[in-house]
Amino acid sequence: MKRTLRGLVLPVALLALWELASHARLVDPRILPPLELVAHTAVYQVMHEGLLGNLAASLARDMAGFCIGCFIGVVVGTALGLSRVADSLFMPSFNGLRQIAILAWIPLISIWFGVGESAKVVFIAAAALIPVVLNTREGMRAASAHLVDVAHALTFTRWQLVTRLYLPSALPSIATGVHLGLIYAWVASVGSEYFMTVGPGIGGLIIAGRERFQMDLVMLGILILGLVGLAINLGASAIEARLMRWKPG
Amino acid sequence: MRVAAAAAPSWPSLPRGGIAFLFPLSLLALWSVSARMGWLPPQILPAPSEVGSALWDLAGTGELASNTGISLLRVVEGFAAGSALGLLLGVAMGLSRTTEDYLKPLFTAFAQVPTLGWIPFLMLLVGIGEPLKILVIAKAAFVPVALNTLAGIRAVPPIYAEVGALFRFSRWQLLHRVVLPAAVPPIFTGLRYGLTHAWNALVAVELLASAEGLGYLLVWGRQMFWLDTMMGAMIVIGIVGFALDRIMAAAEQRLQRWRLA
Repeated sequence: MKRTLRGLVLPVALLALWELASHARLVDPRILPPLELVAHTAVYQVMHEGLLGNLAASLARDMAGFCIGCFIGVVVGTALGLSRVADSLFMPSFNGLRQIAILAWIPLISIWFGVGESAKVVFIAAAALIPVVLNTREGMRAASAHLVDVAHALTFTRWQLVTRLYLPSALPSIATGVHLGLIYAWVASVGSEYFMTVGPGIGGLIIAGRERFQMDLVMLGILILGLVGLAINLGASAIEARLMRWKPG
Repeated sequence: MRVAAAAAPSWPSLPRGGIAFLFPLSLLALWSVSARMGWLPPQILPAPSEVGSALWDLAGTGELASNTGISLLRVVEGFAAGSALGLLLGVAMGLSRTTEDYLKPLFTAFAQVPTLGWIPFLMLLVGIGEPLKILVIAKAAFVPVALNTLAGIRAVPPIYAEVGALFRFSRWQLLHRVVLPAAVPPIFTGLRYGLTHAWNALVAVELLASAEGLGYLLVWGRQMFWLDTMMGAMIVIGIVGFALDRIMAAAEQRLQRWRLA
């Protein structure tokens, strides 16, 4: 209780100072709009400007890209983890391409796929794919050699080996990758909307706020970014914990 | 990599090293053939030789060196500022639970918004000049450094502090003889993440608002539809990012060796 109160001291003080500075005109209210204006903008955006529609568009894009990236990531990661040949053939190239900061792909993707929905989804999928591939591969490789011996003794088929042994034992690692993928995908959604501003979305909203010098809109956008990120994170952690129930200790 | 080295004698590493080039080389060959046969228009996929010559031209005019230099300088400045602040905050929170109680929630809220989200906000606040770049890069480095420093200090076994108490170390001695040295490896991990984040943030901010730097080169190529320039810039961004991480990794290893000795 005491700790929670302590944690509230600074944020509350900061907000009070903000409100004060804004009303006393210590800072240009265009730079620091009063809190009630931000709240008003939020209500206005929801009622008249379709804020929820923007949010839904961003989330839908995020999910589409994430699902595609995740699926490809698990397949590729499994192949790389299980086949030494595939691994030595493709892993160095993958590692090489991965060095290029993900946002640096946006200009190229926008030339190849346009600036519409498909380009954004491709970019988000690429961002989500990277951690999923890496962690899936890692998990496959970490399967216990003893269990593999047992599986061979039981004359498992190849398919059984993958579905009964490798996938379950890689599951915690895959979950970590998927969790990271979710976070990357959300950041990538915002990034794609910044640079490919066609169509609705929270990123576009923030950019519009900047262009019109509407700090209240930018702040609202940032608040939404943070809250969605937090929700995604908490949700993923909860699902992860549920999936890993069976794991001892 | 360490596992492979331990498990197998050294001879299989040669063919495996060779096989690594098989895929990129065949891709490159396919790309060249496709460009020569005109399967894809050069506005979509320029020949690899054109990417090479674009890079060569950029290097010849000195544009490549100057833009890379500007980007590197920005990263170094922003990273220095951000990681110094991150270290300070991490140490302060790591040493005192009270400080952590006060600062951690605000820090968490601040860290929750991705660096990309702060860019438009900072643009309105400080304009699109050099301070914007430094602030964005500093923010990107600050968060992982602070988090890892905090975790590193917390992970120091209490028994170390007990030994220190036995020697009647003062608080200051305890801090710089016992706690900080023990926390160095995780702190360094934080610095390494911080530098990677800083580099990514640099690319982001240069793409959004810059008239110089590697990110700008990319934007410029995009506007002119010069795909060869764009791809060249991407390659350089990848190489510099990789080099920065390798430098940190090498420093980390030196540190580990010193720890074992």
